[in-house]
Order: sequence, then C-alpha cells, then structure tokens
Amino acid sequence: MVVRCEDVWREVSNYLDNEVQPELRAAIEEHVRGCKRCTAVVDGTRNVIQIYGDERMVEVPLGFSRRLHQRLEGNVSGSRRSFFGWLVAAAAAVLVAGGFEAARSSVLGRPGLRSEHARASDHVPPDMMVVVAEDGKTFHVAGCPFIHDKSRLRTITAREAEQQGYAPCIRCMKKYLDAGALARSDDPVDEVAGSEDPVRKSE
Amino acid sequence: MAASAGSLENPAQQDYEQRLIQRIGDGEHEAFYQLIRPYERRVYAAAFAILRNEADAEDCAQEAVLKAFKHIRQFRAEARFSTWLIQIAVNEARMRRRRERADFVEPIDKEKNEEGSYTPRDFADWREIPSEVLERKEVREKLAEALGSLGQIYREVFVLRDMEQLSIEETANVLGISTASVKTRLLRARLMLRDLLAPGLGGAWSSRLSFAKGTKPW
Repeated sequence: MVVRCEDVWREVSNYLDNEVQPELRAAIEEHVRGCKRCTAVVDGTRNVIQIYGDERMVEVPLGFSRRLHQRLEGNVSGSRRSFFGWLVAAAAAVLVAGGFEAARSSVLGRPGLRSEHARASDHVPPDMMVVVAEDGKTFHVAGCPFIHDKSRLRTITAREAEQQGYAPCIRCMKKYLDAGALARSDDPVDEVAGSEDPVRKSE
Repeated sequence: MAASAGSLENPAQQDYEQRLIQRIGDGEHEAFYQLIRPYERRVYAAAFAILRNEADAEDCAQEAVLKAFKHIRQFRAEARFSTWLIQIAVNEARMRRRRERADFVEPIDKEKNEEGSYTPRDFADWREIPSEVLERKEVREKLAEALGSLGQIYREVFVLRDMEQLSIEETANVLGISTASVKTRLLRARLMLRDLLAPGLGGAWSSRLSFAKGTKPW
C-alpha cells in the first residue's frame, strides 16, 4: 500500500488515535519517514493532543469550587440527614465560611490547599520525601517534569508538605491518588436503580 | 481497539462511584460532594467550550451539577458517571446558548460544508513541547485563544475528546452526532490548531526568554 501526503493528512487524526488498520498504519509510517511536511503535520498534531490534554489547560475562575459548594449547600443538605452527615456538613461549612486563611490555620488540623486545582489525598505515604517549590502549590517526587519552579526547591516529607498546604501533583503522585479512591470504597457493591435516559432536558 | 482509545476505563473507580450513588439514593446526600469533586473542573471546561464566557460557564456548571444531583436516580450504571455529568453540562450550555441567540440563525449549511478535506497550511517543524511551556500564562492564553477561534462544532468535539478525554463513542453520544462526524470534526479541529500553533510553539514561544520566571536578565 502506498499513501500520498493527502492520505496522511486525512488519516493523521485516526492514526494518532490508533483507529487505522495495521496495513494503513505501516504505509503511513513508511511515507512519513521520507516526507518532511508530513513529519511536521504528524508531530504537530500529536503535540496539539498532548498539550491540550494537560490538566493545566483547564483553568477555572478563582473561588469556583467554593462558590459551587455554597450553591449546593441549600439543595444537597436538605433532607434525611444522618447525625454523621450533619457533622460532615458542619465541618464543611466551617471550612467554607472560614475561607482560605482560616482553613490553613493549625486550629483545624488539616490545612486548606494552595491550589484550587488540586485533589487532596490522605494516601500518599506520610514519610515519603517529596520536593516543593517555594511559590508552588503542589508537591512532587524529585525529578517530576511538572515542578513549577525548579530554582527554589525544598525537600521535605509528604506529611510536612500537606501541613504546609501543598497538594499532591496529579501526575507524579497519580498512583497514590487512585489508590486513595479505591481504599475508600469499602462498602458492598449494590445495584443502582436506573431509568431510561440521562438528563436531556434541553434537547 | 476502537472502543476506548483515550478513554480512561477504570472499573474499580466506577464501582466506587456506584456505591457513592447508592448512598446518595439512600438519603446520605453529602456523599454527592465526594462524587463530583474530581469532575468539578471538567464540568466547567465543557460549559466554557460552548459559552465562551467565564461567568456564564460558571453559572451553567453550577446548574448542571445541581441537575445531576436532582436526577441522580436517572443515572444508568452502564455509562461512566463523568460522561453523564458532562452530558448534562453540555445540554445545559447549549440550551443557554440557544436562549441567548434566539434570533440568531446558525449557519448550519456553512458548517456542514466545512467538514470536507482540510489541507494543512503551515509546515513549521514542531518536534517537541517542553513541559514547562504550560507554566507560562501567555502561552496558556495563546492556546485558549486558538481554541476559541475554532468554530463551535469543532471546539465542542475537540474539548470533549482531547481535553475531557472522552472516547469517540462517548463524544458522539454526548453531542448527539455520529462517530463518523466526531472523527471528521476532530481531524479538522486538530489540524486547524496545529496550523495556528506550530509557528509559535515550534519556535518563538517555546524558547525560554532570558527574563522568564526563575531567571534574571542581569
């Protein structure tokens, strides 16, 4: 099979998504090896997918999560709440009302996070040595390519990092974050009653 | 192979979410916070892709999350919860967009014609992206601007597939179009973005400026 430049441009997206047959894949690769323009197109398209797929490309307005939870408060916390539920909600309300600084104070034990984007996790081994940048928001394993400012790094334990408001890097700490989600799922599996369609009010 | 390229299937995660949903259904409403926490930003991103305005997108995202809570019993276990949630956000955003532009007729035929073949215009070499390039606000702004310049139908598909990481099938379901349309639009969106970005990211923007953060010009 021989492909032309136009064929590569038409299939580049499917090629990168692994959606082409092996024969076509081989032919595309053969062509690209000898074609500077198609090399530029394939490399560039791959870069587009990679760069926009980065979590940092999704930026939410400052305070987004806090305002979302405030709006949910009145609706979610309406009825049939268990005593434990009240405790959780009360603690959440204190955190929200107290804001960033109060949440970081040692009175509450667990600090607020420096990053709005971060996912807190209790499942990173507390004695693991991690690095943090002075102005950064996240802690990393040494050598993580997503370290914010490599010029002013400190090495501390994960426990200290969390106490200082750093959140785990979602890239290099991913396995601990995922493990955390799994570790919490200790209830028996039950089937959920579902009905026909997802909410399609607007259609 | 085709089923879930790029889709992050994780049965254990799904089981965990199913249990949370069960608890919410049983009246433990606070479990909902736990359920949506990982997806809050993605709901916003989906709304922003359609509305292109921070305030509108935020309000829309809030509304979508509230609707998800109110209709949680309609969620079917065979879909991923994240996809269902994003679908609600997309529907909500589209409804708002239609309401805003009630007197504006979409140039549907024009957009359909644009789904033909696309010829790359720029062949600038763009071999690799240094990861730290995304730490720079002006680069993120250029990327957001390029994305914003795409037509609506291309932006929707690109955001769901390449930023929200939905599979081709999930993207098709959420947008109510065929998988063939998803592929065609995705190809075009990616190539258009490459044309817009290759000259800058292949060269000028990615070379670290002498006075960039962390270094001093003197």
